[in-house]
Amino acid sequence: MLETLTDRFEGILTRLRSRGRLGDEEVNEVLREIRVALLEADVNLGVVRDLVERIRARCTGAALSKSLTPAQQVIKVVNEELTTTLGGEALKLHYASRPPTIVLLAGLQGAGKTTTAAKLARWFKQQGRQPLLIAADLQRPAAVEQLRILGQEVGVTVFSEPSDPVAVARKGVAEAERLGRDVVIVDTAGRLAIDTALMAEVRAISDAVKPHYTFFVIDAMTGQDAVQTAEAFNETLALDGVVLTKVDGDARGGAALSVKHVVGKPIAFVSTGEGTADFETFHPDRLASRILGMGDVLSLIEKAEREYDQGTAEKATERLMAGQFSLEDFLEQLQQIKRIGPLQGMLGMLPGVPKDFRNAKIDDRDVGRIEAIIKSMTSDERRGVAVIDGSRRLRIANGSGTSTTEVNNLLRQFKEMQKMVRSLGPMNRLVSGAKQKPSKRKQKGSRFTPSTRGPG
Amino acid sequence: MALIIIVAVAFAVVLVLGTGVGVATRRRSRTGGRPAHERRPAPPAEAPLGPAEAPVATEPASAAEAVAAAQATADAGAGAAVEELRAHEAGEGGTEPATLERPVLRDRLGKARRLLGGYLDGIRGRAVDDATFDELEEALLLADAGLATTTKVLDDLRAKVRSGEIEKAPEALLAALRADLEATFSGDSPELALGEGEGPTVWLFVGVNGVGKTTTIGKVAARERDAGKRVVLAAGDTFRAAAGEQLETWAERSGASLVRGAEGADPSSVIFDAVAHAAARHADLVLADTAGRLHTKVNLMEELRKVRRIAERPPGQLTEVLLVLDATTGQNGLVQAKQFTEAVGVTGVVLTKLDGTAKGGVVLAIRSELGLPIKLVGLGESVADLVEFDPAEFVAALFG
Repeated sequence: MLETLTDRFEGILTRLRSRGRLGDEEVNEVLREIRVALLEADVNLGVVRDLVERIRARCTGAALSKSLTPAQQVIKVVNEELTTTLGGEALKLHYASRPPTIVLLAGLQGAGKTTTAAKLARWFKQQGRQPLLIAADLQRPAAVEQLRILGQEVGVTVFSEPSDPVAVARKGVAEAERLGRDVVIVDTAGRLAIDTALMAEVRAISDAVKPHYTFFVIDAMTGQDAVQTAEAFNETLALDGVVLTKVDGDARGGAALSVKHVVGKPIAFVSTGEGTADFETFHPDRLASRILGMGDVLSLIEKAEREYDQGTAEKATERLMAGQFSLEDFLEQLQQIKRIGPLQGMLGMLPGVPKDFRNAKIDDRDVGRIEAIIKSMTSDERRGVAVIDGSRRLRIANGSGTSTTEVNNLLRQFKEMQKMVRSLGPMNRLVSGAKQKPSKRKQKGSRFTPSTRGPG
Repeated sequence: MALIIIVAVAFAVVLVLGTGVGVATRRRSRTGGRPAHERRPAPPAEAPLGPAEAPVATEPASAAEAVAAAQATADAGAGAAVEELRAHEAGEGGTEPATLERPVLRDRLGKARRLLGGYLDGIRGRAVDDATFDELEEALLLADAGLATTTKVLDDLRAKVRSGEIEKAPEALLAALRADLEATFSGDSPELALGEGEGPTVWLFVGVNGVGKTTTIGKVAARERDAGKRVVLAAGDTFRAAAGEQLETWAERSGASLVRGAEGADPSSVIFDAVAHAAARHADLVLADTAGRLHTKVNLMEELRKVRRIAERPPGQLTEVLLVLDATTGQNGLVQAKQFTEAVGVTGVVLTKLDGTAKGGVVLAIRSELGLPIKLVGLGESVADLVEFDPAEFVAALFG
């Protein structure tokens, strides 16, 4: 079910190769697949319809690209449409000429507003600002306490009092002015869009403090309802931006697309974890790939760039392709990869992973056992120079605290993987071909420079 | 199985990183080399949020190619990768390589064809009631029933119309559809099981962040107190700021007693203490709260497994592991249910926030694919806003 779009299109569009244009029928078939992918990703039905029509208009009758397969061509259009919808004008924060700049957070219950408030406060501090947090959620038990604790964690004062949300907000702003703070973040209670009384309340809060920025906080796993809720909040509050939370889960995140499409305001931030530092500005292209089910390869790449030595990666890949990848190489790579994060997390980021693999459990202890086995080998054994016979296997098993069965399994499966990789002959050319590109670019501040190695 | 996956993933990651990195570098360079830029704290005067300057038009094109190529290389077992790579390479000015033997690709082609074929048949099969079926489909999709469930249910319906089993009238269709959907839950009881032996019954509440576990516990505690039971709440969320205080409020509101640990304490030990406390005081029921956690976090799920193991130790009798699910959740709800069930053996679902506009249709798939009964429904933030799940009401609301 989670086959990638490319896989799905291959069958439809292979026969297009002989024709010069993308015909109506083929485009329709492809669009059906896109519709399926988007709906599975929780993109709202109405938004899917709009998008599909736009893509249809761009694709039908279009001349076939010379450099991309028809499938890639359509995906390119789809990716562009999604990225454009998700991206567009980024939010430019203009600080108020007369401080403080007031930021109001609103959304459904459980979306993550309180945690977001603390994260925003920390973010503003990093920008050199002096924020004040206002705990105006007097509804949820211990919400004020929660914000106080988080405020302490990020070193930002929290204001509240047990009166009513409107009064708290108003007095909080006055307090900020008194203390000379230049940013105020108002956390509010979660509320249903159809709760007229509570929507009137948040409107009253907004009228009382006149925020410069109102952010709608929404959970990345939200389904079809995202549209209705976002519209209602937008009507009541005139939103300026959106914060997408819990992006570290595996929800495809189509709600983001729906909200953006409907509200038309930028997605400013994404929340990537429970810690106050887990807060980033939004990258539309990454979410576009994720919505399409194409994995978060870009995140993986970025993470890798921080932790992974590229020179080693390239060498390892070449050896892999050439069938020279030894257990020693494997161990080295495994240890590098572990620095990026647990292997389990990467599973979700790799595109094209079959469903049973995607849901598989990778126990880090198993990874540890593999490492132990390889470490118990001699250098010759690791490099495949020595044939690992029965007595050697026993020694390795004892040395690593595993069993000969496990050692046998590892050796066998390693060999199988090597064979499989060797059979992907043409990849050799891509790898070496990629390295041959004339390099005009200079990357400042990046550890990666293009290789100048010759053909592999 | 685990071993081959680890080896395969490691290989895949090496491939992706070895080639994908190069590709990513190339992509960024087209926009003038900006990688570090996005991570620098912006200058105080104006803080552009996001890649403000990158020309959107060129970025996605290369991103799509980059993703396609990276995806292709990562697909270590699939010859399908080759075709994308070939074209990518051709686009970069290389020569067209010869066609290759791709047995794996043929399998996938077959799959794609079958999938499409089925879909097209469904469309061709539509006779007079196209509009009605469209409306039904729309209602179900908007309710988060998901494409798979919706398609199956409507295909069944079409078959029955074709065979004459149902009259081709909109009312008959809707009635039949509702009956079908209600039947999904047949045989389920909303009752929560009580232990039969000596010690206190334990009900464990699990779920992702923000779904309403703590509030639900408060409501269940009140309900059980009303039924005359002695209830102990276990503050098993030792991670979230002020989670203990939150549960304390609910203990007060519901008349239950509360067992808390120190901030950051081991949740298992808190629950262990709560059960011991309940046993010593001959309480009937322990409601154990846990921290919200995304099922994608391996270490947190491991922690939850341990919590469950402790919770089922005598003198406690663990009779329910309830997955609390937010009705606004989309298709990820099914993934959550699967993962939590696999980790701790979920026995039932509590569907919260159904008083909003979201319909919670994902529970249809959860019930039909996983066999998990829906026990309770949350309808608000007050202590009384809890009802038993009623299939007829639920289904009626899908089309309301």
